[in-house]
Amino acid sequence: MAIIGGVAGGGFLGVGFWFARERDRLGDRTLFNVKPNEAGLSGWVKITRDNGVVVAVPRAEMGQGVQTALAMLVAEEMDARWNQMRVEDPPEHGVYRNVDILIDGLPFSPEEEGTVVDIAHWMAGKVGGVLGVLATGGSTSVRDAWHPMRVAGAVARDLLLRAASRKASVPVGELVVVDGEVRRKSGGRVATFGELVDHVGDLSSMPAPPLKKPSEFKLIGKPLPRLDIPAKVLGSATFGIDVRRPNLLYAAVLNAPTFGGSAIGFKVKGNLPKGVETVIIVPGGIAAIGTSWWRANKLLQEGIEVQWQPGPEPTLDSAALWRRYEGLMQDGKPALTRTLGEEKKPATVRPIEATYRAPYLAHTTMEPMNCTAQVTRQGDKNAVDVWMPNQSPTLMRLIAGKTADVPQAQVTVRTTFLGGGFGRRAEVDLVRQAVTCAMAMPERPVQALWSREQDIRHDYYRPMALARWRAELDTSGGTPKLVSVAKRQVAQSPTDQFPARVIGLPAQGKPEGNAVENPPYAFPFYKLEAVVPDGSVPVGFWRSVGHSHSAFFDESFVDELAAALKKDPFEFRRELLAKNPRHLKVLETAAKEAGWGTSLPAGSGRGIALRASFGSIVAQVAEVTVTDGKTLQVKRVTCAIDCGPVVNPAIVRAQMESGIIYGLSAALYGEITLANGAVEQSNFTDYDAVRLADAPAMTVHLVDTGSSAVGGVGEPGTPPIAPAVANAVFAATGKRLRSLPLRLG
Amino acid sequence: MISFTINGQPARVDVEADKPLLWVLREDLNIVGPKYGCGVASCGACTVHVDGAPVRSCSMAASDVEGKTVVTIEGLALGQLHAVQKAWIEEQVPQCGYCQPGFIMSAVALLKANPKPSDKDIDEVLSNICRCGTYGAIRRAVHRAAALLGGAS
Repeated sequence: MAIIGGVAGGGFLGVGFWFARERDRLGDRTLFNVKPNEAGLSGWVKITRDNGVVVAVPRAEMGQGVQTALAMLVAEEMDARWNQMRVEDPPEHGVYRNVDILIDGLPFSPEEEGTVVDIAHWMAGKVGGVLGVLATGGSTSVRDAWHPMRVAGAVARDLLLRAASRKASVPVGELVVVDGEVRRKSGGRVATFGELVDHVGDLSSMPAPPLKKPSEFKLIGKPLPRLDIPAKVLGSATFGIDVRRPNLLYAAVLNAPTFGGSAIGFKVKGNLPKGVETVIIVPGGIAAIGTSWWRANKLLQEGIEVQWQPGPEPTLDSAALWRRYEGLMQDGKPALTRTLGEEKKPATVRPIEATYRAPYLAHTTMEPMNCTAQVTRQGDKNAVDVWMPNQSPTLMRLIAGKTADVPQAQVTVRTTFLGGGFGRRAEVDLVRQAVTCAMAMPERPVQALWSREQDIRHDYYRPMALARWRAELDTSGGTPKLVSVAKRQVAQSPTDQFPARVIGLPAQGKPEGNAVENPPYAFPFYKLEAVVPDGSVPVGFWRSVGHSHSAFFDESFVDELAAALKKDPFEFRRELLAKNPRHLKVLETAAKEAGWGTSLPAGSGRGIALRASFGSIVAQVAEVTVTDGKTLQVKRVTCAIDCGPVVNPAIVRAQMESGIIYGLSAALYGEITLANGAVEQSNFTDYDAVRLADAPAMTVHLVDTGSSAVGGVGEPGTPPIAPAVANAVFAATGKRLRSLPLRLG
Repeated sequence: MISFTINGQPARVDVEADKPLLWVLREDLNIVGPKYGCGVASCGACTVHVDGAPVRSCSMAASDVEGKTVVTIEGLALGQLHAVQKAWIEEQVPQCGYCQPGFIMSAVALLKANPKPSDKDIDEVLSNICRCGTYGAIRRAVHRAAALLGGAS
């Protein structure tokens, strides 16, 4: 459910479950910070004397409800009461990890750069694939936790039953857990959970008891209230920017204007102002450190001259980049070519061709990028403490250790609430800078915080992308028939760049996986060519990653095909989905609930789009109104999703609405452009987001097709909205918009 | 020295006159409920009440707060839940939650000025940004809060 690219972004952490062996997943009962008034039941669950059940959630809560969802899985199998559930961050340990497991799986240490080249081919196949899962297979938290967290809950219930049996001298077969306490099957309480804290003792937790059947679920499938909401409503939730430590200093950062640039030197005009203690060079820029972030940031804006070493493309601008991509569209060598079906050459064909564009996009998490770090001397060694809103504590720990040159064991990373993640907080730039600042101020905690301007100008962007779709219609008979489709696209690859910049793996030149997934439609012949350009613009995981642009290209073109064949866009998709019943049902649900085919006033129109991503299938119908031929308003969006088993339907609905708004902000406003090697936008004033006045009415329908495979929900709501809106604009005006953001007139 | 009342308590801070109220709160008074989001009064994450009116505290100079009364999310109901906070919980509004203190302070001010706002009123007045897209839930929660406040009076 989380993402590496989603609001929901615990994708990284989930992956570990796949690699751990069943019995190791539970973890030792002493592992989970067990305090004197608590008893550990596994590495994942402990009970407290005051009747609490504490679940270890080693994942980033960035709004996707991962704390709630994972606690529900445990509570279900434990038969706990929802109001006794709590969550806590577990300590650093292998059973909770993900990326560490991947890195540990490599036949070399990431620091051993000499060996990297020798095994590049091995990595391309093996590690590239695994890192591909991380980067493209986001929205994984619940998918990965579905089984092991329930096992942890079942083991906990079983231990409590046996502990109560021993304490009360009642045969275990006569006992049952109901509403968070142990009772006799005949009725009557035997023990509360809290009363069993001292009685779990040496009981063995294996073998794991059987799990409930879905028909026995009492909590899973219910819209239970989220555990994280009260603190967020009181204003007491601690985000990264809210971390307060004794003697805290703040660091404001100014990054080199051009990508890949750095600071060579600087000169402060006059004396350092009160509130600023020092200015230092940090990786990628300079930092002013002092007791006031506001004053330090002001110094960087007004009171300092910096000598910059420019990056490799200091004159790059967007127009030149599009020309480069257009050249690559003509003659660039594809990194991937794939065909499906059999190519036929009818006697007379009518070609259809359309070219689409999607720009770079910034993430703009509401909480600007930040990281707090402290380097302390402990005996003859340094230790590093990090407090950070991040999507991968393991990577942060790795980079903090490398930056401070201390062993991993000397680094502690604590993950705060994330004020949005969307994939941006998997990146390690902030931890590098914060630890560098902390090294300059030994023993003092330093909170490095970027201004919004730095956040927008120094992101890891959703790649800009150019796609050309071509189709051939057989016109030799009476009615034209579709015989082939072909897509050729040019886009940088975040899955290629990420391991290179984070752990120094060589780039493989492979396209990003989500961008090249096969279409669900039964095209007679499909051909894909993906060109992956080099480029200095950093690209990263942006909620739904490659689906975010590919869905726009693909679903816009399917609409164009329908128009060319004079078919209704919904009916045309239905025909092509005849052999995909899950997709079909989702599509039909969205269309039916949206009133597809019913009349609308002039200037209004409906558009439909479908995209399967991260294990879920989503269809959306957008209804738009265009006034004066230039003002576009999205009035309502109807969304249908099949994500397999639903843990918490309220969270699924919230994530769909969230994905729609995030995608709509990009579809209506999102565009990062370059001039002189630097990003031109700087704040919400020129990189705006959808606000209440633009927010459509939304309805979300959960579709049950009987699938038992758990799908993600953090990201899949985002991809269909841009094409749904573009298709609606076509329905309303006859005008086909092939570039994002969508601009009329 | 600048003196004002913060969440019912007197405060005296020795800061530069042009230091924004947001940073006085966060750095000098350790009140971190109001959030930094843009620094240019665009996103509303820093919204607090100054003499009862909603203000984007990132863009109000400390010197302009002299003698005034400032209320942040922490001081909204002082240990209890304001009706707007209750409605926010009942409608399960927050996702990441970062923008919500600003939205709640903005909604409290809206309901004070307009106890029965329409959707259109809500859309026009609440111009804050939520990147998680909780807007539908916010509309429902404002109506619910209006009902709660109406019932109480």
